[in-house]
Amino acid sequence: MELLSFGDTGWGDELFFATLMTIAVSIAAMAIGFIFALIFTPLKLSKNKTLNVIGNCYTTIIRGVPELLVIYLLFFGGTGAAMYVASIFGYDGYIEINAFITGALAIGIISGAYSTEVFRGAILSIDKGQFEASKVLGIKKYIQFYKIILPQMLRLSIPNLSNVWQITLKDTSLISVTGLVEIMRQSYIAAGSTRDPLFFYSVAAVLYLMLTFLSMKLINKLEIKYSKGY
Amino acid sequence: MDIKLMISIFPSLLSGAVITLQLLVSSMFFGLIIGLIFAILRINKNPIINKFAYGYSYFFRGTPLLVQLYLIYYGLANIEFLRNSFFWVIIKEPYWCAIIAFSLNTGAYTSEILRSAFQTIKKGYIEAAQSLGVTKKITFYRIQLPIAIKQSLPAYGNEIILMLKGTSLASVITIMDLMGEARKVNVLTFKPFEAFITAGIIYLFITFIIHNIIKYLEKKYGFQT
Repeated sequence: MELLSFGDTGWGDELFFATLMTIAVSIAAMAIGFIFALIFTPLKLSKNKTLNVIGNCYTTIIRGVPELLVIYLLFFGGTGAAMYVASIFGYDGYIEINAFITGALAIGIISGAYSTEVFRGAILSIDKGQFEASKVLGIKKYIQFYKIILPQMLRLSIPNLSNVWQITLKDTSLISVTGLVEIMRQSYIAAGSTRDPLFFYSVAAVLYLMLTFLSMKLINKLEIKYSKGY
Repeated sequence: MDIKLMISIFPSLLSGAVITLQLLVSSMFFGLIIGLIFAILRINKNPIINKFAYGYSYFFRGTPLLVQLYLIYYGLANIEFLRNSFFWVIIKEPYWCAIIAFSLNTGAYTSEILRSAFQTIKKGYIEAAQSLGVTKKITFYRIQLPIAIKQSLPAYGNEIILMLKGTSLASVITIMDLMGEARKVNVLTFKPFEAFITAGIIYLFITFIIHNIIKYLEKKYGFQT
């Protein structure tokens, strides 16, 4: 237990901040994923063939390759790509992209693919009559989307989004390979310097379990709150 | 993009893909056995057995696969008693550690899939068997189990694909699977796009094949209630 004390002798404070980092990366990734999902869901549902193919390619490719591959691609390739883009604009220096941004973006792209599928399923399960009714009432397309479809879609997708959140939370452990100090990386460092991997990885497992448990409780509350009136 | 490089690294990546497939097949095999055992424990009425099985699946589904892999690869070696025992032959090899971690992980998910399949079997089937005087054992093996397995095919297909992606983690514990080979190419050539995109294509191809096999099996053996 001494190993977990706060301060210079223990790893308690380090692990605490690492946990905060994991939460921060997960939330950032989830938010980025939402943006991706909001872009790609309409594409997947679109009647236009080309747009449809683009939407399907995104979800199929991202869900078909390992998460680690996406992270490596962005981590090793991201710097090169950013420098290439910068060189077009006349900047030739070295650019290093922050590990947090790369990690959040990589996990965000992955979680976005899952969120897209969730949103698509939710929209498809909304009664067709509602689209027709709003059309008959002369409601504009974008107002129909924001005022009628979006609120229902979000409510319907809460249970499945909770799964996506769990996946995202667990995927953030993979960012540790790029050097961002979150739970996994911190335990790796602690295990290396104390030569007690069993203990520190068990702590990491407990921290992750706590995070998943707490977020499940929170999401269940949300679910009950938003299913009122149904 | 350097197409020539992509073609030249293809054979070495394929040899990595063989390791990936080996890892996948063996962990799916052990995972299925573990999953079946724990699914049966989960539907047991004894609360202690029940809770134990629930705890198992909760732990392995609630923590990242990477933590489990590290716990087994780095953690188990820390236990003096294990190091002196016969098990050391197994857990000193990263390959076997990966298989143990993956099997336990997929076993937890499989047990959940099978459990929900068991629970959705219509009561009428079991009652019908009972009224015909079929013993409990035979009801289980000849009626409940086949229906549960057939019903869980689609979900199990997803699990296989998730596990295929999970095997890429083996590369962080020094196994030269498809991901490991791609990393090696990246380190040797500094061409991350070529290396990882080629690996991605191979992964997608494997996913595609698994997807189609499951689809075919579903069509052939699928169970409609």
